[in-house]
Amino acid sequence: MKREKIISVVLAMVAMSGIAGLALITAYIFKEGLPIIVRVGLKDFLLSGDWHPLEGKFGIFSWIVGSLAVTLGAMIIGGLLGLSCAVVLTQFCPRRLVVVLKPAIELLAGIPSVVYGFMGVMILVPWIRQHLGGPGLSVLAAAVVLGIMVLPTVTSISMDALRAVPRSYRDGSIALGATGWQTTHMVILKAAKSGIMASLILGMGRAIGETMAVIMVAGNTLDLPHGILDPVRTLTSNIALEMSYASGDHRKALFATGVVLFVIIMILNSIALAVSSKRARKAGVR
Amino acid sequence: MNVATSQSEVTGPATPVGSGSHQAKIVVEDFIAFFGAQAVLRNIHLSIYPRQRLAIIGPAGSGKTTLLRSLNRLNDLDDDFRHTGRILLDGGDIYDSSTDVAALRRRVGTVYAVPTPLPWAIYDNIAYGPRLAGVRDRRRLDELVESGLRSAFLWDEVKDRLGEAATNLSGGQQQRLCLARVLALEPEVLLLDEPCSGLDPISTAKIEDALAELKSRYCVVLVTNNTKQAARASDRTAFFLMGELVEVGLTTQVFTNPADGRTGDYITGHFG
Repeated sequence: MKREKIISVVLAMVAMSGIAGLALITAYIFKEGLPIIVRVGLKDFLLSGDWHPLEGKFGIFSWIVGSLAVTLGAMIIGGLLGLSCAVVLTQFCPRRLVVVLKPAIELLAGIPSVVYGFMGVMILVPWIRQHLGGPGLSVLAAAVVLGIMVLPTVTSISMDALRAVPRSYRDGSIALGATGWQTTHMVILKAAKSGIMASLILGMGRAIGETMAVIMVAGNTLDLPHGILDPVRTLTSNIALEMSYASGDHRKALFATGVVLFVIIMILNSIALAVSSKRARKAGVR
Repeated sequence: MNVATSQSEVTGPATPVGSGSHQAKIVVEDFIAFFGAQAVLRNIHLSIYPRQRLAIIGPAGSGKTTLLRSLNRLNDLDDDFRHTGRILLDGGDIYDSSTDVAALRRRVGTVYAVPTPLPWAIYDNIAYGPRLAGVRDRRRLDELVESGLRSAFLWDEVKDRLGEAATNLSGGQQQRLCLARVLALEPEVLLLDEPCSGLDPISTAKIEDALAELKSRYCVVLVTNNTKQAARASDRTAFFLMGELVEVGLTTQVFTNPADGRTGDYITGHFG
């Protein structure tokens, strides 16, 4: 009995320390980052493109635009591919093939991001430079690399959502003379809508937070991009690139960039949680 | 085709009843069905006539549902399903590679054992089939929805709330909705797979009443575990046992004077 007690206390402490770590990190980022945002002014910090740390000018607008552009591109590529994969694997693929393909797609999630970045630099960037113009290191390159990186997230969560659609919907629709594709897009995709949304949002969170692969292929210029072939710098790459030599206010401004990222990702995750719990509630009523 | 039916049907005194029904609607010829390596139907020969209700009875695992699902190729959805032999609908083999399977399923409609309403409004559930078939005209859709619901004896209960979710209906109503949904396609053959298995007696009676009326227009095949229902609600009865068609004949005949001892045993409840 006493041993039970000790074990449960130890386990509770281990669990709490994990959460405490998270809380500490959060508190520290905000403590370091918030004062400079207040000093510069939230509006200037977010909406000014003037980033000259030595002159005390901290505007991260270009990085925000960069992050959004790259993420949007990644979601168009990865979302489309990932959702298509999920539809094919759950609706049209013989079971024997799914057993091989699903783990293969999930394996993509296990490849280190530096490898994706390396592939991007060696193959994709020269290809873009040669065939589409520009320096190659660009929004497009980052979007393609990130699109492939979010594919496993989108695919596997969408697959769960599609599989959760009651079998009776499919049977009922097929028996009324619907083809497989009609059933899929008129019945199954509609019924799995909220789960698919959640998968896209979680994929978006992953894309916006990715750093290494983006630094390698995005070009990291200080300028605001004007097209998808222009180089670009994102919020995450800005932190990673400048942290080694930043000090004083500059260093605090990087923490502030982290605060902005943190808030964006919190918002995305909350939306994902809200849509998927709406789905759970609906399922409960049925 | 008549040749095929007369020589190949498992004989009891199975002459079709009714005028003009000598031409079979569906002819099953030497049909063998497998799931994986296991044969679940063996050498089935069976004719199904227009404007008649055929009941298929037999214990669990006798292949009733497999046969029913073969009649409009719903078994194709199962990767493991294979078959040999032919099933002719108006003389054409439905397993022919040129068959439009979606069109086949509109001609040969199915109601499952468990209601399968789609998570939409009542109206949209019933209009779905006709819309897939290309009906766009709103007035025509309204007509089909109403006539379907009327034939399924559900119109009076739902006519004021066609916009409500079909999933909010009771089980018995949902099942009649599924019947209405099939009828809105104006099919030629109606397949019912234990349509009353989960229903209370009143809902069951309503569905049986609907079937009695539908008989004048459709060819109905009813799989049921309830022998009393088969006796009440069919013109001919086929008895399946372990993947074989033991006997088929007029329902009165099968129930009062079965040709095969096993049929009698099943009906009187000695096994199954």
